[in-house]
Amino acid sequence: MGRTLFDKIWDSHVIHTIEDGPQVVYIDRHFIHEVTSPQAFAGLKKRGIGVFNTSKTIATADHNVPTKDQHLPIKDALSKHQVDTLIKNCEEFGVELYGLGHPYQGIVHVIGPELGITQPGMTIVCGDSHTSPHGAFGNIAFGIGTSEVEQVLATQCVLQRKPKTMKIQVDGALRKGVVSKDIILYVISQISTSGGTGYFAEFCGSAIESLSMEARMTICNMSIEMGARGGMIAPDEITFDYIKGRQFAPQGSVWDEKLTFWKTLKTDEGAVFDKEYYFDAAAIEPMITYGTNPGMGIGISEKVPADSDTVNATLKKALNYMDLEGDRQLLGKKIDYVFIGSCTNSRIEDLRMVADLVKGKQKADHVNAMIIPGSKQVEKQAMDEGIDKVLAAAGFELRQPGCSACLGMNEDKVPTGMYCVSTSNRNFEGRQGPGARTMLASPLTAAAAALTGYVTDVREMMN
Amino acid sequence: MEKFKKLVSSVVPLPLQDVDTDQIIPARFLKATTREGFGDNLFRDWRYDSEGKPNPDFVLNQGGIQGEILVAGKNFGCGSSREHAAWAIYDYGFKVVVSSFFADIFKNNALNSGLLPVQVSDAFLAKIFFAIQGNPSAQLEIDLENELITLQTTGESESFEINAYKKYCLQQGYDDIDFLISKKLEIQEFENATAI
Repeated sequence: MGRTLFDKIWDSHVIHTIEDGPQVVYIDRHFIHEVTSPQAFAGLKKRGIGVFNTSKTIATADHNVPTKDQHLPIKDALSKHQVDTLIKNCEEFGVELYGLGHPYQGIVHVIGPELGITQPGMTIVCGDSHTSPHGAFGNIAFGIGTSEVEQVLATQCVLQRKPKTMKIQVDGALRKGVVSKDIILYVISQISTSGGTGYFAEFCGSAIESLSMEARMTICNMSIEMGARGGMIAPDEITFDYIKGRQFAPQGSVWDEKLTFWKTLKTDEGAVFDKEYYFDAAAIEPMITYGTNPGMGIGISEKVPADSDTVNATLKKALNYMDLEGDRQLLGKKIDYVFIGSCTNSRIEDLRMVADLVKGKQKADHVNAMIIPGSKQVEKQAMDEGIDKVLAAAGFELRQPGCSACLGMNEDKVPTGMYCVSTSNRNFEGRQGPGARTMLASPLTAAAAALTGYVTDVREMMN
Repeated sequence: MEKFKKLVSSVVPLPLQDVDTDQIIPARFLKATTREGFGDNLFRDWRYDSEGKPNPDFVLNQGGIQGEILVAGKNFGCGSSREHAAWAIYDYGFKVVVSSFFADIFKNNALNSGLLPVQVSDAFLAKIFFAIQGNPSAQLEIDLENELITLQTTGESESFEINAYKKYCLQQGYDDIDFLISKKLEIQEFENATAI
């Protein structure tokens, strides 16, 4: 019987199995940031031990950083303390830090792939649920808690139970105005925010294979939003072309060796998954969410579900929070903010997509439109390509890299009661700031809303 | 970690599905660099209004309802991996969370923080909520040794699952890092031989 790609990579990293318990899994790359690492370093100090292998851990500051005037000290005292603590811990324990001001700084899940640190066949963890985009390169990447961050720092391993496997196959051609964000919002709306819990997903099928690496990362990024431990896509020529030549990519004869190995990384013919889903790409239209979890999504032309005849307290609470009525379309709903950024959609391709749509147009007067590049390198490339000027001319503000208004932790927030069409990954109550009302969508749909000031079907703006 | 034995307690009901970790502890309260004190902001935006006044409709503000067991709807702890969510629940004074389904990362984080997640059937969860509705001081017994949860008012029981290793850790107050450190030699050998 054939084996899945997940099984092959996982099993090759298991050092020890505890009877009726978890397995000791070796971790090839560990990313850390300022929010979920301080207590882990404190734990090492308390035990009087160091980092097991400093060459395997890479740090950056992203959650707490401002996206304006990054050359100035961070104003919020607690945020500054947390970022300073990361600097101090990295110095003390000998961990490489791409902090504020460094040309490699950025959102942790943007910089790993763009620097070529993220490679096929690896196990990758980070104290952050959105570690899953690394999986787009054919590796096992998943989010962990702070106690587990401490495990990896101390021993380069985590204790984990092996998840079950899930196949999500999407075949066919995407229709006009539909991009990878719409695919994943559609999948989550179909299988719910808990449909993937206990599983690790492999995305495959012709619709997935046709996507760029940036687009694949968007899909894997949101696999956690269906409850899955992570998502992966088998590596192919598109993957290898993306990695080649990047700062930390293998070179020369090592590259050839790695490439030979990477080409073996695929699920065998006839391998059996614990659960399988099949979707038709042509059935997907631009998506948008109406509620307070990422599974509450609809096609842009569809109606919000009716809550009148249901006893579903969760849906009622969601529509109440969003101040929306059931059984009505979202199209035409007035919005206040547009946020384009986050580890889901802040890569150069996302910015290009937005620039192409808004070029020569103007955003609506009443809309506040923020665009946050995922990293210093994305920011630089956007400037090299003149994207910053196109965006500025259309009234969009291109800011500096960070997690920004994705999570309402730094200065960037959506005010209470305001509607924000956002390219981020979570529409939970208060996620973008207390009382903020988030509608998740693709960069195209978000840009279209910024131009008209209303929830808009982007297909009507495309030739 | 504190050792977990048997617990008998009244419960705090939160009959909502998909309670995400942003609700348990909003991101703006994650700026501390220690593990303590997160309980003050547990369920912050449900518990307090925008001016910081307690919301009388929220269960933690209803004086008559107290206990060391939190009982919540399906898919508890979804979303962000922040272990701070488990710390906040524990710091507030809960020792056990009962639900019919837990998100994966939350479950691990809870076990690593000394907080016991007890997964019950949808039917048993409904019975607990029903019992509390009738009698807010209804108690649950959590027997870790025998992996049994009992609704004291009716005497109904259900067994719950926990793997033997994690059970041992909770009972002994032993943590994963102690175990991993004991495997350091094997890890070093593995790294030397195979690591990429």
